[in-house]
Amino acid sequence: MTQSYVIPKPSRPWRPSPREKGLNIGLLLASVVTSYALVALTEMKGKLAYFFVFFAALALFNMARGLITKDWMNGRDQFFSVIMLLGMTIVILPTASILYTVFDRGRKGLHAGLLTNDMALATPSDPITSGGLLHAIVGTFLLVAVALIVSLPIGILTALYLTEIKGRFTRPIRFLVQAMSGVPSIVAGLFILSSVVYTVTKSYSGLVGSLALTILMIPTIARTAEEVLNLIPNDLREAGVALGGTQWRTVAMVVIPAARSGLITALILGVARIVGETAPMLLLTGGGDAVNINPTQGAMGSLPFYIWKSFLLGTEESITRGWAGLLVLLVLVLSLFLMARFLGSRRTK
Amino acid sequence: MSFQSKNDNKEKAMATPSSLASVAANGRKPGTSTLGIGLEARGVHAWFGKHHALANVSLDFPAGTVTALIGPSGCGKSTFIRTLNRMHEFIPGAAMAGKVLLDGKDIYEPGTDVTKIRLKIGMVFQKPNPFPSMTIGENVLSGLKLAQLKNANKDDLMEECLVRAGLWNEVKDRLNAHGGSLSGGQQQRLCIARALAVNPQVLLMDEPCSALDPGSTLRIEETIKELSETMTIVIVTHNMQQAARVSDFTAFFLADGGPGEMIETAATSQIFSQPRDKRTENYVTGRFG
Ligand SMILES: Nc1ncnc2c1ncn2[C@@H]1O[C@H](COP(=O)(O)OP(=O)(O)O)[C@@H](O)[C@H]1O
Ligand SMILES: [Mg+2]
Repeated sequence: MTQSYVIPKPSRPWRPSPREKGLNIGLLLASVVTSYALVALTEMKGKLAYFFVFFAALALFNMARGLITKDWMNGRDQFFSVIMLLGMTIVILPTASILYTVFDRGRKGLHAGLLTNDMALATPSDPITSGGLLHAIVGTFLLVAVALIVSLPIGILTALYLTEIKGRFTRPIRFLVQAMSGVPSIVAGLFILSSVVYTVTKSYSGLVGSLALTILMIPTIARTAEEVLNLIPNDLREAGVALGGTQWRTVAMVVIPAARSGLITALILGVARIVGETAPMLLLTGGGDAVNINPTQGAMGSLPFYIWKSFLLGTEESITRGWAGLLVLLVLVLSLFLMARFLGSRRTK
Repeated sequence: MSFQSKNDNKEKAMATPSSLASVAANGRKPGTSTLGIGLEARGVHAWFGKHHALANVSLDFPAGTVTALIGPSGCGKSTFIRTLNRMHEFIPGAAMAGKVLLDGKDIYEPGTDVTKIRLKIGMVFQKPNPFPSMTIGENVLSGLKLAQLKNANKDDLMEECLVRAGLWNEVKDRLNAHGGSLSGGQQQRLCIARALAVNPQVLLMDEPCSALDPGSTLRIEETIKELSETMTIVIVTHNMQQAARVSDFTAFFLADGGPGEMIETAATSQIFSQPRDKRTENYVTGRFG
């Protein structure tokens, strides 16, 4: 094997050159200096002033560089890239700040018995280490589980009606589902209170709380599942029918398995939608302090209720408890979203 | 060396259509006298909403023959082939007129069980469409499950169908892999194997090779020739050489402003050597379309 060429060194000519990188850093530093100088020399004050002067300076400097080294178009391009960076920062900062605050304050409320004790023998103003939120976690799991058992079949059947049957009521049902997904949770709670609690059960229980959550959960599951099912190519449905399957067997054997990971995502998004709902819990569950594993009877605690109750009392201990509850709830929701992303991005099987 | 000769033996054994598995789902044995009379279209029209896409096609598909449908794009070949196994009605707003007789019985007669019709008249689509949630083996047998048919000897049936579709040697070691992990040509042969597993009497193929490389195309053409001994085949193709290679009869379709019509049908050799209609001649010699 003779080789008539010398293998060149692989390079990446599209990357910024060291000189350009240096210039970028220079402009960044110049903007920092400008923001300090302007805040010191003018009437402007505070963190917000630093923040905005910094971005304005960075945008203008980059635009100037574009104008000088290239042309007007490039200058405008550079200006708007910095503006987009600003937008991104404005979105990310509050979120990061919320997460930080919850982790920082919730940390102080963590103790060994937090996940194994309930509040039956403790009040929120007792020292942090007495009691715990076991009852709230158990309650939240039961409330969500019951709501899920009801919502999942209804939500998925609705989505199947919209994508597979495409019957005469497709439009009104889609409209209804969209309208329902805007229902405020307190309205769902009041609806169950007036239509079920006052007329039928005449008492608080986990079950009626779950019913209210169902109202909130069905539209989320139905809409997500509809989008997922719409992504399944029609070819597969035709192939199933052409092999002698009925429409329902084709849906059950071909369409749903193909959409499986997306449907799991729909389920998890539905759960994440309701797990932190507070208003229906206040109205319907009675919010007990002891572990109660019977959803049909007696007051049932939940994480949002626990948080609400702790903050309401207003002593130092109870507020720390509230933050700890928030931390647990946040970790729960974040892990649900991570699970949804993981299962949703994974290929089936 | 020894395992190679074993394989050869196996293939020979599979090629004889007498194995247990070939008494498939609906109890017919391929290669026996159960071919039936064949399929006949009588004055078939088709509409999409108000759009009259196909007009007055009458065409016979005698049992055990291969018929090629040729013609420029949009002349209604797919529409026609889909009326032959009642897939046309799957499209919202679709309508049809005329009769399609399978062994002398109209498949559109009220009260006909449409799933049974589609079991007897199988279909292979233009784009390979294996089921993504199933393995290669499950894909082959999916028709049995979809139609809720019983078959005692699934492994033999799976092997036989893959052998007949010319795919066995390539996938026998990875029957549990996903259908999507095959190349386009292999996927299409998997779809053919899947269609064969329910042992149809008629096989409709809508441009089965248009998305494939020449090698895969040749494999599928060989498959078609072998299959034609045991079933009736209708194939839409844009490839004149392919039509000439695989088919006994050829029908030329054309939409001249109005709905698509069948212009001419005859033995394939005649269509390509001395067509009666000027438009057929222009098309097969490549002067238009
Ligand atoms: N799903 C459909 N909806 C509406 N019109 C269609 C549809 N499919 C095909 N047509 C129309 O029917 C005619 C025939 O199409 P088709 O049978 O696909 O042609 P070919 O397969 O010969 O290329 C074309 O005019 C096409 O626009
Ligand atoms: Mg076509």
